[in-house]
Amino acid sequence: MNQWSFVIAAYAVTIAGAVGITLHSWQTMRRAERAAEKLSRR
Amino acid sequence: MLHAYANPARFLKIARPLTPMLIWTGIAFAAFGAWAGLTQTPPDYLQGETVRILYLHVPAAWLGMGGWSGIAIGSIAYLVWRHPLASLSARACAVPGALFAAICLVTGSIWGRPTWGTWWQWDGRLTSMLLLFFVYLAYIALSRADAQRGGDGRIPALFGLAGTVLLPIIRYSVVWWNTLHQGQSLTLTKSTIDNAILWPLPFTLVGFTLLFAGIVLMRMRAMLAAGKVEARMRRMAAA
Repeated sequence: MNQWSFVIAAYAVTIAGAVGITLHSWQTMRRAERAAEKLSRR
Repeated sequence: MLHAYANPARFLKIARPLTPMLIWTGIAFAAFGAWAGLTQTPPDYLQGETVRILYLHVPAAWLGMGGWSGIAIGSIAYLVWRHPLASLSARACAVPGALFAAICLVTGSIWGRPTWGTWWQWDGRLTSMLLLFFVYLAYIALSRADAQRGGDGRIPALFGLAGTVLLPIIRYSVVWWNTLHQGQSLTLTKSTIDNAILWPLPFTLVGFTLLFAGIVLMRMRAMLAAGKVEARMRRMAAA
């Protein structure tokens, strides 16, 4: 296998992991803060 | 000072503007470092192009261990001062810490195949890092079960402290056992890697660290908001 294939695979795994957890954490935070806000407005 | 910031309202006042700053600065630094590592540095005379995995593998290892240090500090602060935010910060470090430990293992394995000729070896450094990953999973399961059962967080905090024993083992594994993983090529004061190859590494290190901090803040904010909703629902149900 070409050396670049290993480099690309390592970059893909890291980017997917970092982007995935950032988006998931942001979504979870937004959902929880909206729910809290909605409830406090009641 | 620590006590002042342990107040959730004060914490949120700081965390709200700080979160996007950490995330965007982290992304900018990490993206620049990764781009420079791919395009602006020469291949290594021995490893060739695969040396570029360094710019991701080292920050992942640093954050895999740093995440557990965060759990340990949060656990100590919780056990000593009983601040709920300390326990929350420890729990918020667990998932990102486990993810970066996993990224370290996977990128290390990908790097190992062309360099050592094998994807995996039961070597001191690799095995202790794999153990840390499993300990993360155990901590995540334990802290979730404790939160669901309405526990006071003491057992996960004690587990968080006990797991710290792995950090010096990982750190010194390459000194204690002379196996496949190379010895320390980087310390705070010296490096055996040439500067022409090394220079993008501080960018990815700082970038991923800032991103990690932003992720921890987001997870803490989510936990605080979820706790607020739960408390309110309980009050409403009781009324």
